[in-house]
Amino acid sequence: MNQATAQGAPEYNEDVVKLFTLAATFWGVIGFLVGVIIAFQLAFPALNLGLEWTTFGRLRPVHTSAVIFAFGGNIMLGTSFYVVQRTCRQTLFGGKGLASTIFWGYQIFIVMAALGYVLGITQGKEYAEPEWYVDLWLTVVWVLYLVAFAGTLMTRRESHIYVANWFYLAFIITVAVLHIVNNMTIPVSFLGAKSYTVGAGVQDAMIQWWYGHNAVGFFLTAGFLGLMYYFIPKQANRPVYSYRLSIVHFWSLIFLYIWAGPHHLHYTSLPDWAQTLGATFSIMLWMPSWGGMINGFMTLSGAWDKLRTDPVLRFLIAAVAFYGMSTFEGPAMSIKAVNSLSHYTDWTVGHVHSGALGWVAFVSFGAIYYLIPKLWGRERLYSLRFVTYHFWIATLGIVLYITSMWISGIMQGLMWRAYDQFGFLQYSFIETVEAMHPYYVIRAFGGVLFLLGSLFMVWNIIKTIGGAQRDEEAYEDVHHAVAS
Amino acid sequence: MAQVEKDALTGTDTTGHEWDGIKELNTPLPKWWIYTFYACILWAVGYWIAYPAWPTLSGYTKGVLGYSSRGDLDNQMKMVAESRSGWMGKFEAASVEDIAKDKELLTYAMAGGKFIFNENCAPCHGSGGQGAKGYPVLADDDWIWGGKLADIEQTVRLGARGIHEDTRISDMPKYGKDELLETAEIKAVADYVMSLSGQGQASDDGKVIFEENCAACHGEDGKGLQEVGGPNLTDGIWLYDGSAEGVLAQINNPKHGVMPSWEGRLDNASIKQVTVYVHSLGGGM
Repeated sequence: MNQATAQGAPEYNEDVVKLFTLAATFWGVIGFLVGVIIAFQLAFPALNLGLEWTTFGRLRPVHTSAVIFAFGGNIMLGTSFYVVQRTCRQTLFGGKGLASTIFWGYQIFIVMAALGYVLGITQGKEYAEPEWYVDLWLTVVWVLYLVAFAGTLMTRRESHIYVANWFYLAFIITVAVLHIVNNMTIPVSFLGAKSYTVGAGVQDAMIQWWYGHNAVGFFLTAGFLGLMYYFIPKQANRPVYSYRLSIVHFWSLIFLYIWAGPHHLHYTSLPDWAQTLGATFSIMLWMPSWGGMINGFMTLSGAWDKLRTDPVLRFLIAAVAFYGMSTFEGPAMSIKAVNSLSHYTDWTVGHVHSGALGWVAFVSFGAIYYLIPKLWGRERLYSLRFVTYHFWIATLGIVLYITSMWISGIMQGLMWRAYDQFGFLQYSFIETVEAMHPYYVIRAFGGVLFLLGSLFMVWNIIKTIGGAQRDEEAYEDVHHAVAS
Repeated sequence: MAQVEKDALTGTDTTGHEWDGIKELNTPLPKWWIYTFYACILWAVGYWIAYPAWPTLSGYTKGVLGYSSRGDLDNQMKMVAESRSGWMGKFEAASVEDIAKDKELLTYAMAGGKFIFNENCAPCHGSGGQGAKGYPVLADDDWIWGGKLADIEQTVRLGARGIHEDTRISDMPKYGKDELLETAEIKAVADYVMSLSGQGQASDDGKVIFEENCAACHGEDGKGLQEVGGPNLTDGIWLYDGSAEGVLAQINNPKHGVMPSWEGRLDNASIKQVTVYVHSLGGGM
């Protein structure tokens, strides 16, 4: 059967996948670097440098957009084009011209957005900071992306659509809807950057967090689950654990996620009934999220030993573990009693990063390590040892990051609500900031490790593309040596 | 449909499809997974029955517990008000001196005062009253308007250059900007002021100019007059810049900081509590 599939394969457009993979790597390092800088700014405010362009407030969206939309986005676009072509046995719809337009259009979006942030042009909406002209540009690029992806699906040569493509398609369509609705604004003038949102007050806040939470749900969860459903079975060379589970968890995830946004607005002027729905749908979302984790883990049934010898697979599986952890933590934090402690604290920051660093970045690293030798026709990566170094350095970085933020965040929440025996607040705000300082330093150091790990990857990619192979002991030998 | 085959390692059927070499097993849903999912749904339904949940045409379902976050806040505020009501009357009746002498009231005032101070005063004076450039230290015995309990209470109530009609005001003239003194005279008096705290040498001219222009507020000996808010110039403690250039600049074109008037913004009991707390920071007279 493998033979038959291989014979029926057309020529795939891999040039655009190469570009997306390199762009993702480039923006990833930029995003991690800016993250490290702003982490140090929080610990040592002098690093804001007293210049408006380098203050935390302007660099923070550069960091978030660089890692989510530039790193994550390029990974999503690149892997979706790679996966949809191969699982549909069809060349990318629209030809090379459309593919290149999407690639360059997307990079221009990134540059326009980042320049705007540094120059102080912002809508002030978290994860949707770009102003109207950038939003319009992205809308056009995104529709072209949908055309290329859906066109390939519709002209597929396989009778069924593979599960990875369900997730990718859900990601593309939902992000389009979220982006358009949340960015409904009226520009102040034709030539000016400033605009005002159509919504106001708590309605606008609700739209923003319906967007914001589903950016996490459909960009960082559904999209990357699509990636996982291709790269884990390929790298493990095992069948997907359960087709039935993939159907049930796909539809339940898609249906439930879209309701969960109000949990970002607990204890605000959002009506109580909306807060209740946000919390309860988040709880119901727990098992649908874990369906993906089960399918990721259990695909390794009968192949667990590969984790010992394949550091690329280790990245992919550790990512699933972090995914499982943060999709448990998320519903827990959406319960109002828990949220009253966690809200507005560093705990939220730690939660986001256990998902972003542990799940999104790790599963992306796994995909990059899988793709690089394949795309450039190399026998193997330059160095598997480097992949292992990257893995452990980055894992240590994540552990430092999330544990310091858990401690800092829970301490911060407890200090805010601490009363003395007469019912007076125990601490002033500045005392909570002072108490968090050591954890800010630890967090920044964790970020440095994560960045350092990614530099191992960059070097590995450069050498692999150059055709070099590092002279090193293969992992099988080590395994046998230990065993004997 | 392609043929269904068994996976050799697990013995499970595949679905019979294959994409780019990937097959899928037809494993049933894990039981624990589906039951936990049902349990979460049940919990959600229970929550909807108990709490406000679903919008309707004319409002929303209120929930059998009758909960509302606004009602919750009202209850908590009431509880706090009740727990404090006994104390508030005592603080209304007592003077700051009485409070400082009564052990029970003093303990309560220190707790409340610390909270009020941290919320309202610490942004300028620092938590603990360590001060900052332009904002007086409250933990030392160098007072501009006096460090007795009554003085401090008065300053808190009225503010300095605040909006209260009786606010404390001390406007040092702009000797240079308004050309009240010649440049050389300003230099001479600045040297004299520096010499008061033992820095550098001063001419007799400087002393004469000081006595004619400055002594009315800062005192003949430069030790300040708290009745008019004239700071002590002899103790080496400076509100602004204590360097020779800084003193010169202050004589040329003085900076005048503002402390808000807290009467009306804080209730009487709170003002008395924060007064006692500030008095205790280290410099109370």
